[in-house]
Formats: sequence, C-alpha cells, structure tokens
Amino acid sequence: MRLSLRDLSVSFPDPAGDMRPALGPISFDVAEEDFVCLVGPTGCGKSSLIRVLAGLLPPTSGSARYGDEAIAGPMDSFAIMFQDANLMPWRTVLDNIALPLEIAGLPRDIRHEKVQTLLLQLHLEQFELAYPAELSGGMAQRVALGRVIVQQPRVLLLDEPFGALDALTRERLSLELLRLRQRYVQTIVMVTHDISEAVFLADRVIVMSRRPGRLVADISVDLPRPRSPAMIYEQRFLQLTKEVRAGIEDIRA
Amino acid sequence: MQKKVKSSAGNQDKNASVRRAMTLRRASPFLTVFVLLLVWQWVSAREIISHILVPPPADVYLAFSNAMADGTLPKHALVTLEEMLYGLLIGVGIGLVIGYAIAKAPLLESILSPVIVGFQSTPIVAYAPLLVIWFGSGLASKVVTTAVIVFFPMLVNTIVGIRGVSPNLRDLLRSLKAGRWQTFRHLEVPSALPVVLAGLKTSATLAVIGAVVGEFVSQGSGLGFLVTSARNLYDTPLVVVAVLTMTAISLSLYGLVAYVEWRFLVWQRRSIL
Ligand SMILES: Nc1ncnc2c1ncn2[C@@H]1O[C@H](COP(=O)(O)OP(=O)(O)OP(=O)(O)O)[C@@H](O)[C@H]1O
Ligand SMILES: [Mg+2]
Repeated sequence: MRLSLRDLSVSFPDPAGDMRPALGPISFDVAEEDFVCLVGPTGCGKSSLIRVLAGLLPPTSGSARYGDEAIAGPMDSFAIMFQDANLMPWRTVLDNIALPLEIAGLPRDIRHEKVQTLLLQLHLEQFELAYPAELSGGMAQRVALGRVIVQQPRVLLLDEPFGALDALTRERLSLELLRLRQRYVQTIVMVTHDISEAVFLADRVIVMSRRPGRLVADISVDLPRPRSPAMIYEQRFLQLTKEVRAGIEDIRA
Repeated sequence: MQKKVKSSAGNQDKNASVRRAMTLRRASPFLTVFVLLLVWQWVSAREIISHILVPPPADVYLAFSNAMADGTLPKHALVTLEEMLYGLLIGVGIGLVIGYAIAKAPLLESILSPVIVGFQSTPIVAYAPLLVIWFGSGLASKVVTTAVIVFFPMLVNTIVGIRGVSPNLRDLLRSLKAGRWQTFRHLEVPSALPVVLAGLKTSATLAVIGAVVGEFVSQGSGLGFLVTSARNLYDTPLVVVAVLTMTAISLSLYGLVAYVEWRFLVWQRRSIL
C-alpha cells in the first residue's frame, strides 16, 4: 500500500502562544516497498513528519494516508525507531527487543524464540542478558533495530537512526539495515543528515527546505541493488550526491 | 618486558589498596559505633557527668535485660512497631495514589497543594493533640500521626518519579499501542521505582517519629510512653533503652527497604559498575 501525504502541515505554538508553522505544506507519495530518505536543514520539520506518519502527532492541516486509511493514530503495521536507542534501562537486551511482542500479548516462549533468531542476525547473541548501560552506542542502536524488526512492520519509520554513531559504525549498521530489508521487505522512510548515507541506502531522496520544510527536490536513485560499499566511488553515485547537495545548496542561496 | 611486569605489579598494588579502601568503608560505621561506646564507657567510668544524666553502659544493659525479662520492652516495642507498620501502610499507600494522580493531572496539584503544603509545614507535634481529640487515645491516633508524617516523602517522590518517565519511551509505548495498564506496568512502575524506593527509605525512618509523637501526646503504651514513664521515675537507663530500641526498629526498617532496593534494582547496580 502507498503512503501518501497531501498538503500536510504541522504548526507549534511559539513561546508567546501564536501558532508557528514548522512543516509544510508538503505532498509526496511513497510506493510500497520503496526506501525514501529525507534530508533537510536542522529544524525543518523532519522529525515532525516522521511523528505524523507514526501517528504520534496529529497534522495541523492536510492529511497522511496509508492506502485508503487516514493515519489518525499509531498503525498496526508501522514501526518507528528514534535517534537515540530509547531502550528501557531496566530491561535486558532480550527483554528490550521482546517488548513489542509482550505488549502484543504473545506468550513468553514464543517471544523468546523470535528474539533468539533475531539476536543471531544482529550479532547480539552474547549480549542477550546485558543491560543497556553495558552496551556501546552501536550495540544499543542494534538492539533498537531489533526491537523494530521483531514487529515485522510493513512500514519502517527511522528518525536519524544512526545519527549519534561514529562513521564506521554507521556504515556497518547501514549495511545491516539493507541486509535485513532483503529478508523482511518493507517500505522505509528514513531521516538522515548524511547525504552519502541517503544516496547509498535509498531509492529516492527527498530534500526539504528550511522551516517550515517543503519539498524542494525529489531525486530518484537508480543505483543497482544490492548496494555494496564500493559503489560510493562510482561515477553515478558521485553524480547523485552532487544533485542532492545542489538541492540543499539551493535552499541556502 | 620489565616495564610490563612492573606495571602489573603496580596494578596489583592498586587492586589491593582499592580493596582495603572498600573494607574500611564497610567497617567504618561499626567503628564509629564502637568508638562512641568507648567514649560513653570512659565518660561514665570517671563520672565526668553524673550517672543520673548519663548512666554507664552496664546499667543500661541491666535495664535492658530486666525490661526484656519482665516483658515490658517487647510489649511496648510491639505496640510502637504495630503503629508504625499500619501508619506506613496507610501513609505510603495514600502518598502513592495521590502522588500518581497529581503527576498525571497537574490541575490536581494546584487544587491540593495548599492542603498538602500546609500540613507539611506545620510541625506535627503542634497538631498531634488535635489528632488525638479526633481519633481517640488508642491505636488510631498514633497510626494517623505516623501516616501523616510518612505521607509527604512518598508523595513527592512518586510525583518526581512519574514525571521523570522518559517522553521518548512514552512515545514508544504509544506507537506499540500499549494500553493504560500496560504503560503503567511496563514503563511507569519500573521507571519510577528507584525514586519511589528512595522515598520509602525516608518514610521508613520517619515512621518512628510519628508513632512516638503520638505516644507522647496520648499516654498508654508504646516506646514513647515508656520513655515518659521512665523519665518520671528518674530511671535514665530505661529511657536510654527505650530510645535505643526506637533507633534499632528504625534502622531495621531502613535496612529492609535498602535490601528490597538491592534485590530489585539489579540493572542499576550493574549500570554503576
Ligand atoms: N513540541 C514542540 N513544541 C514547539 N515547537 C516544536 C515542538 N517540536 C518541534 N518544534 C519546532 O518545530 C521545528 C521542527 O522540529 P523537528 O524536530 O521536526 O525538526 P527536525 O527537522 O527534525 O530537526 P533536526 O534535524 O534538528 O532533528 C523546530 O524548529 C522545532 O523547534
Ligand atoms: Mg529531528
């Protein structure tokens, strides 16, 4: 099913109490199983857009729909991952990943069985009983990724999921995300501030203007899949990153 | 090569000294008590202060074994303990419930705060007689004084604990379509637990004050009553025995909560290491 945003806008009250637009109006569609990256200047409303799609923030005007259904609250087939890992410090790795299943009411043994397979795929099998404070930033984010994948969502919403990590860890996790995506195909909308990351991962990169963020460029990435790290040296890759950068620079001018 | 050996030896030294520091830290409270006992013994042996004011440890021990033998101490201690436990149960319970309600509905805070702050800033000793008039001179009035005094730390810590729940985790639970009860059980309770238990520690040590103040005001039984009646007979050793028993009860309750904390907050212990 398609995600479609129509004249979507979000406003927040400023300290004086007046409503100030923070996002949009913005319209675009995301086809089923498309991977779309959003880039744009800080404060342009990217997180707000993700939160609207997640059903956590009602739009001020316009609409967001999934298929025929208007998004008016959290949707069953959606999952969201935040910038920081956002783990429960009192739960072990295993129980953090199992949380969505527990909320859904699955019995303990089935929860554990599902999480065990995922732990292997995420290279976390030795840490299942560790607490979040005992993990590195990269591992914590991997756990957060596990908590999203375990929901087997049709739509994955990622708000700068690797933003707080160093470049190498970020690259490793990006590759893992692509690998997981091959296994559990799904629609992905991801916010990032890293242009090459956006081009490397996405089928489409959407560039947003300064606050209130509108669509200024919508660039299709025609690099073949599966993507490999070597691609970032290819001519086409560089061309695309230039295009995205030009879109962003346009805003600045 | 040599350097390596040297540095590992240095490490061992360091470990040993860390361990020594830890042992010292664990032992130091007992050392303090021991030194105090020595000073006490010394002061009374020389009669620097009259034995009527500061009875020697031996007299106190004698008073203690007498009071144990004829059953007065256990009887009064049990009375006080009973008042404390009921008072804690009620005060902590109400503190938790109202604290949670206030944390969830800020309007409620504005409505209730004059009453709560008023109660808290008036010395309990001043209005304890009033409570005795209202609740009689039996168990009830002492349970109420205890409940009043243990209520406040629970209230404040519950509010702080629940308001401190991470908004991002709230969003996460919302996106998982968790119900009210699930959010309470899986997020609010575990998240607020450390702060709430800290409040419970304070309440546990305050409980004895509530009970004893009640006993001072309305005579009859309990450790507070034992203090007053022994004082009237100039039986200073018995006064000391009663006071030390209060301390012991208070410390045991504190220790109990500390143990619960240690048992249930494994994740916090692991995080600090
Ligand atoms: N709850 C709120 N109340 C008031 N203003 C808000 C609120 N949330 C966001 N804003 C404002 O709305 C604007 C858009 O915020 P948003 O977090 O969506 O931006 P962003 O593009 O994700 O920024 P960043 O790249 O820094 O994460 C910002 O200017 C922010 O200050
Ligand atoms: Mg953001």
